[in-house]
Amino acid sequence: MKLNGVEIEDTFAEAFGMRATRILITATSLDWAYQAANSMTGFATSVIACGCEAGIERELPASETPDGRPGLSVLLFTMSSKDMQKQVQDRVGQCVLTCPGTACFSGIDADESIRMGAQLRYFGDGFQISKLIGGRRYWRIPVMDGEFLCEEKVGMVRAVGGGNFLILATTREAALAAAERAVAAMRALPNVVLPFPGGVVRSGSKVGSKYKGLIASTNDAYSPTLKGQTSTALPPDVEAVLEIVVDGLSEDDVRAATRAGIAAACEAGAAGGVRRISAGNYGGKLGPYHFHLREIMA
Amino acid sequence: MSGFRLTLRTPPRQRIDLAALTPERLGGRDIENVGAIELAVGNRRQRLDTLFEVAPLKGADDLIEIDRCCDRIDGIGRGMKHGRIVVRGDAGAYVAAELSGGRVEVEGSVGPRAAAAMRDGVLTVAGNVGDFLAAPLAGERRGMRGGLVAVSGNAGIRAGDRMRRGMILIGGDAGACAGSRMIAGTLAVLGRVGTFPGFGMKRGSVILFREPERWLPTFAETGANDYAFLRLLGRSWETLGGVFAEHGQRLGRAVRFVGDAANGGKGEVLICSA
Repeated sequence: MKLNGVEIEDTFAEAFGMRATRILITATSLDWAYQAANSMTGFATSVIACGCEAGIERELPASETPDGRPGLSVLLFTMSSKDMQKQVQDRVGQCVLTCPGTACFSGIDADESIRMGAQLRYFGDGFQISKLIGGRRYWRIPVMDGEFLCEEKVGMVRAVGGGNFLILATTREAALAAAERAVAAMRALPNVVLPFPGGVVRSGSKVGSKYKGLIASTNDAYSPTLKGQTSTALPPDVEAVLEIVVDGLSEDDVRAATRAGIAAACEAGAAGGVRRISAGNYGGKLGPYHFHLREIMA
Repeated sequence: MSGFRLTLRTPPRQRIDLAALTPERLGGRDIENVGAIELAVGNRRQRLDTLFEVAPLKGADDLIEIDRCCDRIDGIGRGMKHGRIVVRGDAGAYVAAELSGGRVEVEGSVGPRAAAAMRDGVLTVAGNVGDFLAAPLAGERRGMRGGLVAVSGNAGIRAGDRMRRGMILIGGDAGACAGSRMIAGTLAVLGRVGTFPGFGMKRGSVILFREPERWLPTFAETGANDYAFLRLLGRSWETLGGVFAEHGQRLGRAVRFVGDAANGGKGEVLICSA
């Protein structure tokens, strides 16, 4: 299968079940909402070492936020509900509570929920006040610029994390340009985030290592400088590989994002330096969700 | 199944307790059966159909309409769990007392202790309400503990006495000691308010749009600030329309007074910028 002359490899991305939540952050201005959201979603690229994967989903105009101020929606993914509890209270507590003028709300209704304001309220040291408005409970926590308003609970859903595809290109510049196009197309879609820096990963990993205790190490088969040294998966003229990792609230969301991303990556065609689109998997034995590239692009 | 319209034949000389008539209690009954319900009238018992004309309301399940109602009819909607009662005219005491679901809509004024010990649901009153709105029942420790009360007119003294949860909106004026002994919840008065709002309050919010006639010495000013929760609260008033929606749009900035220091001092009276 070829798309604009770019080969779509007959392989699949293997993804995992995760837990996800959506948190709405509002502030005096969109800029301050970004300060809080960027801080909250910082160091959240991979559950391997960050505890969660997170990103900004989209900007919210004042008309769409609970308190009528500009804001952002943030998606946060973890491997378990216990991890989610820790990540939500730590990240909202350290990055949103601390940020001037912000307020924090649940952006998703679900049967399961995580305690957000219900935990952070203790910062109020007894001066916190609970308010039940429209059937939802909020906590007013006194802080030095007034009050931090935080919804008591945030909904949590089962989600899909680790959807991915690889862009194999003849130059690093071509790979990066294709990746940037893919990221822009994918970030325009709802219910997904691309947790890595700029949405792009250059250090794809394989499971395990020669070193004891290291659970993941460099994906040598896709490292162009090791072509002669290891069992490579790369054609001779490929100089750079970049990966896009996508987490979504559902399998369909990841599929739609993958499709949009691959289409955008192949937009400039083979002439743009993109040789092949591939994907990362573990032989289908680890993750229950398989995203077959050719099916998705058919 | 249908709802019922009860039209009062003549204003009674004695008080009548209508607590027996709620949509769930009338559910499945035919018109003869409803007419035969015995009501306490003073120290006697009388059939419902000797006091009211009873007519079915086809296709209006869970609806009771009470026409030509007057201030001697007590207990309308008391203990109701679901459905809707519409009262045309005034009503007596204990309207929507112990309400735990559904709506009671009064197009006139109501007597004292409306929404007493209310648990959930909605009470709207187009006219005025008497004293002790949403207060506890006699001998109980807690007043309203959930739901919404919206009064377009004025309220008597001690509205929200010992209220524990829920929201009371008074479009007009409120008498003395609004929010007295409040445990929690929200009481808003859009008009003037009498002396000593928040008398003995433990927690909760009394929201005003002008200074009360007189403050208790046990309240302290904390200054003006912007309150994000007020914007949320204001938005929740939009569906009520009229003066509530109009005032709701203005919520955001307020001068905060905390008290009652004689009872822990964790309550607040917010004077919102008009």
